[in-house]
Amino acid sequence: MNTKAAGYNYAYLDEQTKRMIRRAILKAVAIPGYQVPFGSREMPMPYGWGTGGVQVTAALIGPLDVLKVIDQGADDTTNAVSIRKFFAAVAEVATTTATERATIVQTRHRIPETPLREGQILVLQVPIPEPLRWLEPREAETRKMHALEEYGAMHVSLYEDLARHGRIAKTYDYPVLVEGRYLMRPSPIPKFDNPKLDRSPALMLFGAGRERRIYALPPHTRVESLAFEDHPFEVETWEARCRLCGAEDSYLDEVIVDDAGGRMFVCSDTDYCNRRQAAQGKPNPEMLGGKA
Amino acid sequence: MYVAVKGGEKAIENAHAWLAELRRGDPALAELGVEQIVQQLRLAVDRVMTEGSLYDPELAALAIKQARGDLIEAIFLLRAYRTTLPRFAAACPLDTARMALKRRVSATFKDLPGGQVLGPTFDYTHRLLDFALAAEGAAPEPAPEAEPDVAGTLPRVTDLLAGEDLIETAQSAEDEERHVADITRESLSLPAGRDLRLQMLARGDEGFLLALAYSTQRGFGNSHPFAAEIRGGQVDVSLVPEELGFEIEIGEIEVTECQMVNQFLGGEETPPQFTRGYGLAFGQSERKAMAMALVDRALRAAELGEESDAPANDAEFVLYHCDNVQATGFTEHLKLPHYVDFQSELSMLRRLRAEFLAREDSGEGDDQEAAE
Repeated sequence: MNTKAAGYNYAYLDEQTKRMIRRAILKAVAIPGYQVPFGSREMPMPYGWGTGGVQVTAALIGPLDVLKVIDQGADDTTNAVSIRKFFAAVAEVATTTATERATIVQTRHRIPETPLREGQILVLQVPIPEPLRWLEPREAETRKMHALEEYGAMHVSLYEDLARHGRIAKTYDYPVLVEGRYLMRPSPIPKFDNPKLDRSPALMLFGAGRERRIYALPPHTRVESLAFEDHPFEVETWEARCRLCGAEDSYLDEVIVDDAGGRMFVCSDTDYCNRRQAAQGKPNPEMLGGKA
Repeated sequence: MYVAVKGGEKAIENAHAWLAELRRGDPALAELGVEQIVQQLRLAVDRVMTEGSLYDPELAALAIKQARGDLIEAIFLLRAYRTTLPRFAAACPLDTARMALKRRVSATFKDLPGGQVLGPTFDYTHRLLDFALAAEGAAPEPAPEAEPDVAGTLPRVTDLLAGEDLIETAQSAEDEERHVADITRESLSLPAGRDLRLQMLARGDEGFLLALAYSTQRGFGNSHPFAAEIRGGQVDVSLVPEELGFEIEIGEIEVTECQMVNQFLGGEETPPQFTRGYGLAFGQSERKAMAMALVDRALRAAELGEESDAPANDAEFVLYHCDNVQATGFTEHLKLPHYVDFQSELSMLRRLRAEFLAREDSGEGDDQEAAE
């Protein structure tokens, strides 16, 4: 990989492209929740596989950074491995699986269970940035709706869920209102993670490569999940707890263990789970470690 | 236990080793050379250069070899390379009237200055499998050659029509000073000008544009096109370096150009005249150039005050979905893990089912149905 990376600029993108992306990020930070168009580049991984997040990370990363990459909460899913290796090669950066040691965490579909702190940056990979897309397929229209703060259609759609199912059936990519102004798609994180967006001390950056948009939540931004007074927002709950570490407060993945319907629940956040197990003195051969 | 999502790193390495092995195939057979691909699979190379938007036959051939003949994968490889190249200048507009022609056909005039030149085409071949090609044989007899035409300008059919004012003026002639957008550097914004649209179409997927073009001919869109001219051959590329201030030639490329003309009955301020649809592709990519020209014209329906409710008239639909690198990435990303979101759906579905079944047990469901 090192020889392959030779001939490319530090962190793959040329400096002018990085500057263009940084400008878009600054604008996004200045207008929380607003989708800023940017001149997304082809990356050496396919669109839809994290090119937006990779470009944001590439524009930010420096040799002193410590990078963590997760997919579905786990450090060792194939796409997370691939992106981590990419940056280790092109940016010669230290990587880690420990959330609190990372300066930049790039993620797909989850926010780590370990609370983020000031100075950390969470980079989320976004497939479809537009929260109104399923209600209105046209970009020209949805941009107008944002400009006019015309979000009634979204409330109606949530109300239709209530009328039909007795509850809001949206489970991930649950729409949020940022600082009372912009409707925003939090990327397909489960709504379990939505409360972690609210007033987070860490900077959160959202990159959509194929759709060419960047948006941001600066630290301590008010982020409200849409709901109704008589139907407050609620998150997923499980009757089970994590089989490996016993956690009751984390997002659980269901793992099918045999072909007779047997299954168990384990933490989706592998770093959180591994460290809880270590604290309990359990041997842990699966822990990815010692990389940073 | 709990192995399904582990071991990603090793698995990736092994998968790629297997891929490399299959790419090479049986080592007892001679390896396919990049130069062979450039020469003998030239139309694949032309397509990859066109949709990869990089004119470099060797690199395109390498991409085809590396992609095991998967052209969309090859286009992706070329694009990912192209995006890292510095952009030092913009070329002057190609003067296709000064093309060294390999092929030139017009469907609108039986004969015209310069004549019709069929060139190396599949047209009028009978599509019978040639089993002789399966057996390795001697090179074919050299094709008979005509005296090369004196190099110089051979006016395009649309230029002949323009002489009589029968066709609209091409936009670029009107305002040469306007900044031309660059779809590879900026985000597409709507409504998109024709420069942006043509750039998107030029790198758009041949199959997608072909289907859209075809749909306009079958009634989804009101188009009555004539292929005024299709020409292909070598053209000079030149640019004006700032420090020189005059044009210098930097090389030549092979292109295929298609100009379609459509009748237009005129509006309140414009007299009846023909309108243009334009297609341009690298190499010999005639199907692509023709499809592009038809779709370009279809996208102009609204500006010309025509009905514009067919799929091919809809700029947002066409432009946002014609890029095969974007389309293949997003379609194929569905194979990435989605267990977190799926778990979320699963628990919601179980809860809704439990509520439904509880209602049914208590007989409430029946009442509700009766009430409806």
